[in-house]
Amino acid sequence: MTIHTQVARRLHPGRLWLAVLVLSSVWPLMAWAHVESGQAGGFLSGLSHPVSGLDHVIAMVAVGLWGAQLGMPALWVLPVAFPMMMAFGGMLGLIGIPLPGVEIGIAVSAVVLGALVLGEIRLSVIAAAGIVAVFAVFHGHAHGTELGAGQNAMLYSLGFVIATGLLHAVGIATGLINRWDLGRQVLRGAGALVMVGGLYFLWGAVA
Amino acid sequence: MSRSGVVASAAVLLSVPAVAQAHLVNSGLGPFYDGALHLLLSPSDLLGLVAAALLAGLRGARAGRLTVMALTLSWLLAGMLGMRLPVNADLTWLSVVSFLILGLLVALDAKLPPVAVASLGAFYGALHGLLNGSALAAMGAAPSALFGIVLTVMVIALLTAATVVPVRALWARVVVRVAGSWVVAVGMLMLGWLAQGMA
Repeated sequence: MTIHTQVARRLHPGRLWLAVLVLSSVWPLMAWAHVESGQAGGFLSGLSHPVSGLDHVIAMVAVGLWGAQLGMPALWVLPVAFPMMMAFGGMLGLIGIPLPGVEIGIAVSAVVLGALVLGEIRLSVIAAAGIVAVFAVFHGHAHGTELGAGQNAMLYSLGFVIATGLLHAVGIATGLINRWDLGRQVLRGAGALVMVGGLYFLWGAVA
Repeated sequence: MSRSGVVASAAVLLSVPAVAQAHLVNSGLGPFYDGALHLLLSPSDLLGLVAAALLAGLRGARAGRLTVMALTLSWLLAGMLGMRLPVNADLTWLSVVSFLILGLLVALDAKLPPVAVASLGAFYGALHGLLNGSALAAMGAAPSALFGIVLTVMVIALLTAATVVPVRALWARVVVRVAGSWVVAVGMLMLGWLAQGMA
């Protein structure tokens, strides 16, 4: 084997690319001449906000669970509709349009979505998207508007939306157990848990 | 480059931490790289750029080629114009609305002809090129900073569109559409922040 053949084998595109990736990841960052503040904080704040409230978390996951139960096309329509309507709710809150009973709406969303998963209720895609969209407005109104002072609004919004989308993904991935009989029952049990959690938050909201 | 290579390239570029800068960052490597870094650290520029490239990718290879060329050229020409005749008006609203519309078209998987997609890309490129050029003029930056920005625009648009063009699997196209819906969501929240005067 010639030296050229050996070199050619060692420079296999896959290996070369892996080397570039490793090099990129260990490349030293340059020091800035000044300190930026609020930028990363905005992103991390947005990213952590949806997962810091259990009422938000269980409803987001339930959207994914229900989508997985309903199958195509609801499986992707719901996670596409939710962030947009949630942001619409956030925008309403930011421009000062009040939404009565926001906390109750969030708690009811968990109760209803949990019940839909528990009962394996099959609705048309339009009806399912409509239900999810209405609840999303409440979640956005309550959670999408809490930007800390000095933080970057764009990065906060980005982090908030990404975290919400990932919660849906967790629900969808979990909901894939629906294909097995035992998985179906477990999924319905998860719906019951979401519903109980929603009732707990509803009690707190109205008490 | 293989498809996995293109995907990995896009992943590396997208994983660069996005930090907005009101001024040109100092990379320590000269104005060309300062410009390139400026774009990578400007999420308001990147969101629409990625959305335009995703839309072009969804519409196929011809739309991808046309859009990458239109986007890059318009960004360059408008950037040069902005450096010569800076615009002082605050066009943040227009910028947010433009990436919101592009994200919406991606989320809807809008069946636009390639020329229409390229025209949208050209509009987005012209708007942001003008804003970048004006900002560079205000900072007294060298023209090579603009070239750094434009070259980075081309690389990102090319890699993103090239990643999406061969995608046929339903789930993968859904992922692209979900990404579009996220861009829309960020745009709507940004409109709210702008109305509040916090962005």
